[in-house]
Amino acid sequence: MYSEQVMEHFMNPRNVGEIENPDGIGHVGNPVCGDIMELYIKVEDGTIVDAKFKTFGCGAAIATSSMVTELVKGKRVAEALKISNRAVAEALGGLPPIKMHCSVLAEEALKSAIDDYLNKSKRSENERTS
Amino acid sequence: MVAKKRIYLDHAATTPTDPEVVEAMLPYLSDVFGNPSSIHSFGQEAKSAAEEARDKIAALIGARCEEIVFTGGGTEADNFAIKGTAYANEGKGNHIITTPIEHHAVMETCKFLQGRGFEVTSLPVDRYGLVDPQDVKKAITDKTILISVMHANNEVGTIEPIAEIGEIAREAGIYFHTDAVQAVGHIPVKVDELGVDMLAMSAHKLYGPKGVGALYIRKGTKLISFMHGGEQERRRRAGTENVPAIVGLGKASEIAQREMDAEAKRLISLRDKLIEGLMERIEHSHLNGLPTRRLPNNINVSIEFVEGESMLLNLDLEGIAASTGSACSSSSLEPSYVLLAMGLSHELAHGSLRFSLGRETTEEDIARVLEVSPRIIAKLRAMSPMLQSGT
Ligand code: FES
Repeated sequence: MYSEQVMEHFMNPRNVGEIENPDGIGHVGNPVCGDIMELYIKVEDGTIVDAKFKTFGCGAAIATSSMVTELVKGKRVAEALKISNRAVAEALGGLPPIKMHCSVLAEEALKSAIDDYLNKSKRSENERTS
Repeated sequence: MVAKKRIYLDHAATTPTDPEVVEAMLPYLSDVFGNPSSIHSFGQEAKSAAEEARDKIAALIGARCEEIVFTGGGTEADNFAIKGTAYANEGKGNHIITTPIEHHAVMETCKFLQGRGFEVTSLPVDRYGLVDPQDVKKAITDKTILISVMHANNEVGTIEPIAEIGEIAREAGIYFHTDAVQAVGHIPVKVDELGVDMLAMSAHKLYGPKGVGALYIRKGTKLISFMHGGEQERRRRAGTENVPAIVGLGKASEIAQREMDAEAKRLISLRDKLIEGLMERIEHSHLNGLPTRRLPNNINVSIEFVEGESMLLNLDLEGIAASTGSACSSSSLEPSYVLLAMGLSHELAHGSLRFSLGRETTEEDIARVLEVSPRIIAKLRAMSPMLQSGT
């Protein structure tokens, strides 16, 4: 039911784990089937230099988590924000229709990690200016 | 690379067809092709083969042969029993009692009727999936026309107190149907001991072909025909008989009767080995259903912090076929309603894993599952956000 790329990422997921002192954390739950994804990013000078994930979910959820962390590494934050769930699914050679919502979870985890990073940097800027 | 031996542990979904069954069926797919309704010798050959099969099925469940109606499978048998009695007894009442752990074939049929003037009571089950006969008794009203409780659950293997419920039904004079698809041929099932009026069975769960089953209908039970047309099956189910499949079901019943006792013993020992082994090797794992009052071939466990589909995919890559009640692997994206009815959390339903053993299952197969599973689970747990380091 899954493409070769999905199975490959599922069997050998890249970037599994946590980042110590991350610059952003995204923690999202899937309202459709109840799965959970955590995504950590490390940012230097506006570029995502590292990304890691932890996922409780199906094969597609694990493969899309793995793929999204691969896709964001080395990207500017603004660029990374533009990565859509479709792009992640496409990079994996497509997903069965019923599994598209798992890629939405990956997109949301990324967005929420970036939001977290942006909020944090805003806060520290405010602290500096005040 | 040497191809790994594939290990099929999903017999609750379907069983492989026994070679003896295939052999018995073959002549009826070629030379013996007559229509059992024809009076010439071609027809009569086919007819006597179908009647012989009927005898074997009747013998297996302790029924009379005229009480067996062939159907197109277990689902049809359930539909026939429930709709058939509901519509034949509308004058007496409109209330049906059932459980929340029935197979879809029963559950959806009851739902269908519920939208059409019937009332359905779904009884509670305990955390093992057991129905309390006293709850059945309490649910009976003067409008109750049918009680439908499955014999053994397909997901967790729990064997229901059918004989006790049968007694209650008999006392109250209410028809009692049981979906015995998972039980027939695997554990002793005798219609008189159980006190059932209708009993559904399916061939492909007992090493017979797909697309054929049977409904036992106790003599005198009032129910409307399922198919209208010719005179087949005493006008209860019209349509030319699927003779090869019926012969297959007959053969499968004969083999089951011959081998059931020894096979059940063998499977129970393998089952318990697998359950104990999994519990021992995998922390935070739980058995679903009862330890002993369960089908000889059923193992259902919940593994915390991991999701079922990802376990299945990993097992499949190791050549092991199992099943799960996880939401992620169901087309509705809902977790198993059976596990939820037993009070399991969504997380535990997510992490559920069912192995159902069969005739080809060996000690080596069990050893292999026990060797492979902890590795797979450790790998998935390492990427689970639900397991904080140190837990
Ligand atoms: S995470 Fe549940 S279906 Fe993919």
